[in-house]
Amino acid sequence: MTGAPAHGVAGAPASDGARRLARPLARRLRLPRHPLVRHLVFLVLGAALFYVVTVNVSSYNDYQIGQIAVYAIVLGGLSILTGLNGQFSLGQGAFMIVGAYTLALLQLHAHVGLVGELVLATVIAAAAGVVVGVPAARLSAPYLAGVTLMLALGLPQLSAQYGSVFGGEQGLTTTPPVAPGTISSEQWLSWIQILCALVVLVLLANLVRSRFGRAFKAVRDDEVAAAVSGIHVARTKVLAFAVSAGCAGLGGALLVLSTGVVNIGEFPLALSIALLAAMVLGGAGSLVGVWWGAVALVYMPTWSTSLSQHLSLGTSAAAYLSDAFFGVVLIVAMLVAPSGIQGGLRWIGLRVWKAIADPSLQGPARDRHAGDGSADSDVRAVDVDPDLALRVGAVPPASAQGDVVSPAGDRPGPSSATTTHGHLDLETKERSSP
Amino acid sequence: MGLFVNVLLSGVAQGMVFAAVALGLVLVSRATGIVNFAQGAMGMFTTFIAFSLLTAGLGYWPAFVSALAIGFVLGAVVERTLMRPLRGKPALNPVIVTIGLLVVLEGVAGSIWGGASQGFPAAFSQRGLVVGTTRVAFSQFDVFIVGAVAVLVVAIVALFRWTDLGLRMRAAAFSPEVSQLLGVRVGRLFTLGWALACAAGSLAGLLVAPLSSFSPYYMDLNLVYGFTAAVLGGLLSPAGALVGGLVTGLAIAFVGAYVGSDLQPIAALVLLLLVLMLRPQGLFGTAEVRRV
Repeated sequence: MTGAPAHGVAGAPASDGARRLARPLARRLRLPRHPLVRHLVFLVLGAALFYVVTVNVSSYNDYQIGQIAVYAIVLGGLSILTGLNGQFSLGQGAFMIVGAYTLALLQLHAHVGLVGELVLATVIAAAAGVVVGVPAARLSAPYLAGVTLMLALGLPQLSAQYGSVFGGEQGLTTTPPVAPGTISSEQWLSWIQILCALVVLVLLANLVRSRFGRAFKAVRDDEVAAAVSGIHVARTKVLAFAVSAGCAGLGGALLVLSTGVVNIGEFPLALSIALLAAMVLGGAGSLVGVWWGAVALVYMPTWSTSLSQHLSLGTSAAAYLSDAFFGVVLIVAMLVAPSGIQGGLRWIGLRVWKAIADPSLQGPARDRHAGDGSADSDVRAVDVDPDLALRVGAVPPASAQGDVVSPAGDRPGPSSATTTHGHLDLETKERSSP
Repeated sequence: MGLFVNVLLSGVAQGMVFAAVALGLVLVSRATGIVNFAQGAMGMFTTFIAFSLLTAGLGYWPAFVSALAIGFVLGAVVERTLMRPLRGKPALNPVIVTIGLLVVLEGVAGSIWGGASQGFPAAFSQRGLVVGTTRVAFSQFDVFIVGAVAVLVVAIVALFRWTDLGLRMRAAAFSPEVSQLLGVRVGRLFTLGWALACAAGSLAGLLVAPLSSFSPYYMDLNLVYGFTAAVLGGLLSPAGALVGGLVTGLAIAFVGAYVGSDLQPIAALVLLLLVLMLRPQGLFGTAEVRRV
């Protein structure tokens, strides 16, 4: 342990141990190997946990837990879009509006039942995602940001323009589902929202593991290489956009079920940006991290109210502080920790696991990681690893600078613009391959 | 006919404001290759500072010049503290940082100055000028807007075309490595690009504040229209930004007058998508060959 010979002797077991360490967490914990079975186990555990929590807290807390579940759905879609597919959207609020108004209009004019309303809200929002995604698939990051920003600002105005359909400024009202028996309506609604969130996240987790998920990642890492390997790049990007829009639509519909009213004031640009920030906070591409982001979205207004009281800023400042917080999150995350909370936790977990699993590994393991510099020395590991950049045949620095300048070219651009933050997932895989 | 002329005139005045925003975007994009989504918010923030100075009893012109100077410094500070550490990172990261900055500035402005719309004074009369016997929708202040932005565009074009500094800025933007080898202080020029851009944003903020409901969010729509204008102009040329601004301003004004003012943002989005689909290099840009 202390001397050099000990290391020498430990050489062979060390590499064996390294391989063992690098196995996916799921297998280390001896979870079922089939993804669907494994994810269903998580679903059942999550449902049980939520059941225990919701029956033991007040109805206002039930309402908040329901909101967390709703935001987890929206963030899950966004996380897939950005973390897995390297695309980017500031327009999730707009897709939430599509879902919310779909639900409200269906409740007003058609009687299709709650399930039908939610399914249709999802489908119509996903269709809107296809409409936006088709042109968006050709755009590089800054243009995509601009287009989706305009969508988030412009779409709400439609409800003012066509007031007779969308109710104008006041918006439309919604009726929450009737709770059976003695269950309070908040609790019943929160169960519906939680169930939706768990089902959606299991579906998304399966999507990640599927052919489509691999195609998403391939397109994110290098569009040219993906196209050469037979992946239809544009179709893949549009699919990712539609999935994220569908999630946002379902989230919007579920959200207005608990607020009882749909109007554009509930979906300002700040919400779309806060969603992006919450997704980055949890960790792009992480479906566990979405819960961290969702908790921040729901509780931040409360925290900022107490903070503004503490600073004696007056009540109106609270909303602004909450917005500013999410802006700070975006900036700090990009500068310091692009992998977010879940990435940090995974990093800590990996370290702790190493220490527990085989203390003799400490020395060699550190040496091994000292070699690849940025890869493991801090959370910044998630940025493009130099090795990886070489492997995917990235461009020389000069043209990497240049590709930002030219907008949507006819040819897909080099990967450097899209290979971004938040793929610890990918990183661990890279490391695991011997 | 009268309506048509008035819409045309107000479109020109609005277009000049969008051109000022677009010019700021172009300056940053040229220098560092990223789109600064905080461009509008930075202008908003310095305009609020000018508003505070005005309320404190300072005259209009001292407040105006201070806002431009503060904008210049703010741009330099943002480049040094937020953008510099991200050089060489994927293009998405600095873009996300500017979006974060956008909400931070709006949030801070909201908690300092409140969210309600306030009145921002104009330098000149906002009553329409009288041409012959009819009053047209073009005031002395609109004349000032057109003049100020025209001076800005000419100054920027002259800087790039005829001065040594401008030549070095172009070289730094064209090829940072080679320029650095030749002794150009690339980092400083990037800072200067940001500083100039933010001063242009402040000018836009000061010019448009009297025309709109002056709240922390009043630059949001101007930013997206300015973005449309910049993309229309090719995102690299100052003159293109001017033409793009005018085209966008006219399009917005005509949609507002003849279709409905609530559809203006969607109309700008459609215009932007059309340009990006049909002529992604903008009206004045040249298509760039990208190696992969």
